[in-house]
Amino acid sequence: MWQILTGYWSEFITGFGNTILCSLIAMFFSLILGVFFALLEVAPPKIGRAIAHIYIEIFCNIPLLVITMIFYLIIPQFWVKVSGFTAGTIGLALYTSAFIAETVRSGINSVGDGQMEGALSNGMTYVQAMRYVILPQAIRIVIPPLGNQMITLIKNSSVLAFVAGFDLMYQGDIVAFSSFQTIETYVIVGVFYLGLTLPLSYYMRHLEKRLA
Amino acid sequence: MKVVSSIIEFKHVNKYYGKLHALKDINLKIEEGQVVSIIGPSGSGKSTLIRTMNGLEPINSGQLIVTGYDLANRKTNINKIRKNVGMVFQHFNLYNNHTVLENITLAPKIVLKRPDAENKKIAMELLERVGMADKADSYPRQLSGGQEQRVAIARSLAMRPKVILFDEPTSALDPEMIQDVLDIMKYVADQGITMVVVTHEMGFARKVSNRLIFFDQGHILEDRDPVEFFKHPDTDRARQFLSKIISKD
Repeated sequence: MWQILTGYWSEFITGFGNTILCSLIAMFFSLILGVFFALLEVAPPKIGRAIAHIYIEIFCNIPLLVITMIFYLIIPQFWVKVSGFTAGTIGLALYTSAFIAETVRSGINSVGDGQMEGALSNGMTYVQAMRYVILPQAIRIVIPPLGNQMITLIKNSSVLAFVAGFDLMYQGDIVAFSSFQTIETYVIVGVFYLGLTLPLSYYMRHLEKRLA
Repeated sequence: MKVVSSIIEFKHVNKYYGKLHALKDINLKIEEGQVVSIIGPSGSGKSTLIRTMNGLEPINSGQLIVTGYDLANRKTNINKIRKNVGMVFQHFNLYNNHTVLENITLAPKIVLKRPDAENKKIAMELLERVGMADKADSYPRQLSGGQEQRVAIARSLAMRPKVILFDEPTSALDPEMIQDVLDIMKYVADQGITMVVVTHEMGFARKVSNRLIFFDQGHILEDRDPVEFFKHPDTDRARQFLSKIISKD
């Protein structure tokens, strides 16, 4: 196993780097989109609710692989050609954002109507009430489940392997096929993923304790 | 557009929850400085009535003019009304993520843009007044219900409102906490602030308020002097209601 790791070091590191890069980009955009659609879904205007609802239902209920394939194969036919890395990262960001939106929405809802009514009756606008009263409380509630979403996102980034995204999983496939040492290779790939997800998981647990 | 009128005026106001007709053609004028108690059986619509007065519940038809602004007009900026109309809730609704002091200074700071030093001074005076100064740095979860309600009243007062709406302010309190809150409400009344109080506290309704509304099934059944009402209710429904309350004591 050691020989595989040292012999194919640069392949593994390339994959590891792409997995990290894809995960960071997808985290960034999925958080922004997720929070945006959560706010849209709880806000008073009905049209915004409807749009958010449709978005969330679509991306929650289509497999990640299918979303990724749509971006990789179908979009280029009508518009621009995208690399596997780009298609996979977009798919991952959109897919995860729908789950984040649901998580954040339930966090906001669990703060309770009383807090909003108290703030509105105190003269605050809806936006002020959200900013100073509702969201600070919702964030505390939502951080642990969001941490889990981030860990899931890292694992789901292996979808890039299906669209030649040069991520850890894809590089692992290449190493396995050329070395024929499949078991050893995938064990190494698994350890690399653990190297990302375990620290995050422990950090989340620590954060959860501090917030409680 | 500002209209000269009573501080709160309902003109043929109707409110529905789906098929339920919660407020039926309400006509009501409340004048500045009045202390109005609203009593009636549960489910009668009295909470709905008070919650329409600051727009927490929208009305379906009619006109509702509060501090000169028509709540039924979609162009009305509802925040202009809420700056002048405070509300105290059954379950207090203090901001859980802020200390007692911040609960009181937050809205004056961000809504009225009053300077911090002044807000703090006003807040500490009010906390002193409601006997909560030593809890200024506590969080709401560290307080008892009665303490929370005293802070909630101080929070309303800090906005220097013309009107404060009280929606069953003592209903969620332990019996021995109720009197403290009622005493503070008496103080609010003495300040000349217009008060509308949905309550089950007949003592408060009789002694402190100067006007009593008996509400049932979406209608104002009686609107009178409280002392007279408790002596001689006009309607059978009110007599029935009072006999149940009094036999309970």
